[in-house]
Amino acid sequence: MNSKTRTAWLFLAPMLVTLLLVAAWPLARTIWFSFTDANINDPSVAKYVGIENYYGEYGLFGNANDTGGFWASDWGIAVANTLKFAIVSVTLETICGLGVAMLLNQEFRGRSLVRAAVLVPWAIPTIVSAKMWGWMLHDQFGVVNYMLKGAGIIDHSIAWTAEPQYALWTVVAVDVWKTTPFMALLILAALQVLPRDCYEAARVDGVHPLRVFWKVTLPLIGPALVVAVIFRLLDALRVFDLIYVLTSNNNSTISMSGYVRREMIDNGYIGSGSAASTVLFLIIGLATVIFLRLSRMWLAEKTA
Amino acid sequence: MKRNPLAIAAIYLLAAIVAIYSVYPFVYAVSTSFKTGTALFDPRLWPSAPSVDNYVSLFTVAEQPFGRHILNSIMVSVIVVALSIFLGVTAAYALGRIRFRGRGLLLGAILAVSMFPAVAVLSGMYELIRFLGLYNHAIGLVLPYMIFTLPFTVWVLTTFMEQLPKELEEAAIMDGCGPARIIWDVFMPLLWPALVSTGLLAFIGAWNEFLFALTFVVENSERTVPVSISLISGASKYDIPWGKIMAASVVVTLPLILLVLVFQRKIVSGLTAGAVKG
Repeated sequence: MNSKTRTAWLFLAPMLVTLLLVAAWPLARTIWFSFTDANINDPSVAKYVGIENYYGEYGLFGNANDTGGFWASDWGIAVANTLKFAIVSVTLETICGLGVAMLLNQEFRGRSLVRAAVLVPWAIPTIVSAKMWGWMLHDQFGVVNYMLKGAGIIDHSIAWTAEPQYALWTVVAVDVWKTTPFMALLILAALQVLPRDCYEAARVDGVHPLRVFWKVTLPLIGPALVVAVIFRLLDALRVFDLIYVLTSNNNSTISMSGYVRREMIDNGYIGSGSAASTVLFLIIGLATVIFLRLSRMWLAEKTA
Repeated sequence: MKRNPLAIAAIYLLAAIVAIYSVYPFVYAVSTSFKTGTALFDPRLWPSAPSVDNYVSLFTVAEQPFGRHILNSIMVSVIVVALSIFLGVTAAYALGRIRFRGRGLLLGAILAVSMFPAVAVLSGMYELIRFLGLYNHAIGLVLPYMIFTLPFTVWVLTTFMEQLPKELEEAAIMDGCGPARIIWDVFMPLLWPALVSTGLLAFIGAWNEFLFALTFVVENSERTVPVSISLISGASKYDIPWGKIMAASVVVTLPLILLVLVFQRKIVSGLTAGAVKG
């Protein structure tokens, strides 16, 4: 090992030791716990139980007690909620983000003011935005019901955060409000470095703007878009605080992260909670790999 | 280039909708925070009898020491920022300025950490925090917060380090500087834009975190701000003090909004540097 390499590892050591302590070790312990019957009262007396937490009579999958099938079990509902939430909210955020980015890429007076305004939802802590919207969506005194009734869209007040058929979509709407700015800013940064001559040429040739968007803009900002979507997707799959505060974690909205916390901390079953969190970890890893693969294929096709 | 007036009108209309939709909920929260009693149930934006009672009660009710919670949050966030920057700069020096085997793999592994869902380490972290005797202490939250601040700090700083001119480093070496002095005296002054953006993002991340704070701190006086806001309650279960909750929300959000608006460009460049490279 030469002296340069030695210096490199010396300077890396503090960061690496920290990451091993706060990330690798707890992750390894959590995975180990998922194969035990650990309880919150004293995790140190945990006994190895094999894959019982994952599969079988007490497991997350193939549990004979779930008479209604997997999707009717608490865990199945949490999985379905999370997937629905992640897919719908990331899709909407991408579309809205693209729209806002295209708008901010135009030249008009007051543009910097609008850009500053768009940053506000992003700067607001998730808990605060959950409380703010919780108040605005209040079933009796909320301003949203008041406005919708005033406009004649609904004729009676709706309990947006409590009624099972609305609750999850209310969460999606608040999430879209909060994270579209992040999407828009990432896309805007990509839009602003696009070569202008391409667009000049297209305009001179009289190509329809929609065609220009589809054939020129989208492929050029493709890589940035893919990165932004992955970031958001990973974030959406681990959603916890928004749901916990806005809808009090009830069964119609509980996410996988919420299920894990309830199982581990509220119920005290560290073992089975850890199994659920390990499954979530695998799902997120898998989603990343699949999405990267698909987007690489898509980008290769677009640029070919 | 002349645009047709209809298109211009459409742009202004859309811009107005986007701006109002973004800002309105916060404005409404500010308005609510000045309402008390039955005025709360009047959905008009301008309070008919504005009062600061909600703000006063935030800092005077002994059962919910909000001032204390703010101090806890500031302490945790500042320590997280300082540690992330220190560890990030030293590591970025090695990753950005020195070619060695395993560098790419290491960068990949660090990126993988940032993809962790927080709950994937929850039970292991619970055990670790208990073992270290940090359960129920706000300061213990520094440990889990490093999981999400450190990876992107290292990434963004590495990108910046790579772009610094080689000549500077060579000149410093000629003058007999060791790596520690090169980092501190030569690179640090050049890195400050990156330090501001990563520092701010780390601060915001730590300031807003909820899951770990809710799980590892149960003692009331040790809580941090997001948990504090989620737990503000009234005399009974059905009597939710919305005015007070909104007052607390405004108090913790206003500084963040100001910071973000002042450092707009820095933050956006930090976000994109992290994302584009990732």
